[in-house]
Amino acid sequence: MTDLTQLGVKAIRDGVAAGDFTAKEVAEAFNAAVAGAAQLNAFIVATPDHALAAAEAVDAARGAGDDLGPMAGVPIGMKDLFATKGVQTTAASHILEGFEPQYESTVSQKLWDAGAGMLGKLNLDQFAMGSSNETSYFGNVISPWKSKDSNAALAPGGSSGGSSAAVSARIAPAATGTDTGGSIRQPAAFTGICGIKPTYGRCSRWGIVAFASSLDQAGPMARSVEDCAIMLEAMAGFDPKDSTSLDLPVPNWTASLDADLRGKKVGIPREYRMEGTDEEILKSWDQGIAWLKDAGAEVVDISLPHTKYALPAYYIVAPAEASSNLARYDGVRYGLRDLPDGAGLQDMYAATRAAGFGDEVKRRILIGTYVLSAGFYDAYYTQAMKVRTLIRQDFDNAFGECEVILAPTTPTASFPLGDKLDDPLAMYLNDVFSVPASLAGLPAMSVPAGLNSAGLPLGLQIVGPAFGEQAVLNAGLAIEQRAGFTAQPEKWW
Amino acid sequence: MSVTREEVAKIAALARIRMDDAALDHMVPEFNAILAWVEQLGEVDTSSVEPMTAVIEQKLRLRDDVVDADPLTGGGKRDAVLANAPAAEHGFFGVPKVIE
Repeated sequence: MTDLTQLGVKAIRDGVAAGDFTAKEVAEAFNAAVAGAAQLNAFIVATPDHALAAAEAVDAARGAGDDLGPMAGVPIGMKDLFATKGVQTTAASHILEGFEPQYESTVSQKLWDAGAGMLGKLNLDQFAMGSSNETSYFGNVISPWKSKDSNAALAPGGSSGGSSAAVSARIAPAATGTDTGGSIRQPAAFTGICGIKPTYGRCSRWGIVAFASSLDQAGPMARSVEDCAIMLEAMAGFDPKDSTSLDLPVPNWTASLDADLRGKKVGIPREYRMEGTDEEILKSWDQGIAWLKDAGAEVVDISLPHTKYALPAYYIVAPAEASSNLARYDGVRYGLRDLPDGAGLQDMYAATRAAGFGDEVKRRILIGTYVLSAGFYDAYYTQAMKVRTLIRQDFDNAFGECEVILAPTTPTASFPLGDKLDDPLAMYLNDVFSVPASLAGLPAMSVPAGLNSAGLPLGLQIVGPAFGEQAVLNAGLAIEQRAGFTAQPEKWW
Repeated sequence: MSVTREEVAKIAALARIRMDDAALDHMVPEFNAILAWVEQLGEVDTSSVEPMTAVIEQKLRLRDDVVDADPLTGGGKRDAVLANAPAAEHGFFGVPKVIE
């Protein structure tokens, strides 16, 4: 019998529907894989019973001849940023340790309605703030990948590091991610999987622990472009409970997947050829250009002149929104309370937040508080929001000349854990290629391009215009078909 | 622009995060490094640019003005609201004494 943990979303769904195996067999295989991969620390809590119950419901529905959902029988990992009713939801923080939501996030509910089950809640950078999954209160996630040259533990990327590690290690066929400045695409690139951040507003933010609300978007992480399309269709859709939810029908992206790019133009942004970018990354970018030409696309040189200002603008906007969003953690309504002897209300707030937030979270709250404070607001926050307008205009202009943009996802391959921990700025630079699309609210995807000379995955990024997920997925498919990426990490855990 | 240790301490107080001397020692240089780096935004001429208000242009919706328009977020949820409170008492959130 086939090893069920090697199968992706579509193969599992179709296999269950055809009766090749039962959903319960699939859930049991992945539950065992999760239990056997504790060393990766990808999950904060495992929920094998949830996966089994969902699988049994699918098997029963199939037995009764009922229609099966588009994710029927597929057990997935849920990033621990999505509120799941009755299942601890922490955002990988101490301040939310033990928090059991009384409601289900819209995105997770849609996935359960589509027939998916939950293997567990996936580890992440604390409040999704980080690029290496080293800021979690529940410990680092270890990438399943190893460099040929060393045995050092590597970063799975962040913030969706539990998601990327689990999907690449075959302990989950797919997982949810969230992307504020690159948190789906960068970890996908580091681990040789696919991940798409849709247009801002496609997926409801209701029930997702908020980091920077004008940037946060959920999306799928899986091992193929088609699996991402299937799962994104299940996750997306209008939700009246999210004031920025797009009131648009969800297109049938899967049915319209088409890798024939004849007549399409692909833009290559010259400003992304930054000094200090890894030679092998640049080589993979050139390879990606050749693949898209082979698929029939015409390649055009484009300019995104404000690219270099995207990252500093992001590190004003995102912390500003975070400082405001995270004001809710006060030790009164939910989560941790630290009440020193004889302390009053204000002392309780300060003690609770000191004990409950990690260093990176505190750093960003302080930066955000500073840039929003009287006297500095215009110089920092207003200026950053003006630069954000310019960045979106850059993209608007570029999409007058091309359908999609091709760029690297990250400036380097994965790095050893601990390498950048003492230098926040070096860590932030990981997102230099992913942040511009986030600031402009655009759909963007990472697909595996190949391995570097150390045997580590490299990703290519496709960015599309607003609502242009189909063009992004199609270009991703064209790359996927030509890259023929089948490498997977050798099991050491 | 760089900030002093006293200014960082004041920002931490505004953000309601207690920071002892060691935490401040650690934070001040990091804070200044990040500020120095974001200063480069000052180079951009934005004199004729409007700050972004919405990344995707949308009309703000109004819900129907009725009680419990969405039963999930409407009223009658006291116990669910209090379920995760660290110190719920008598159907309320408990806090330390705030008046003498």
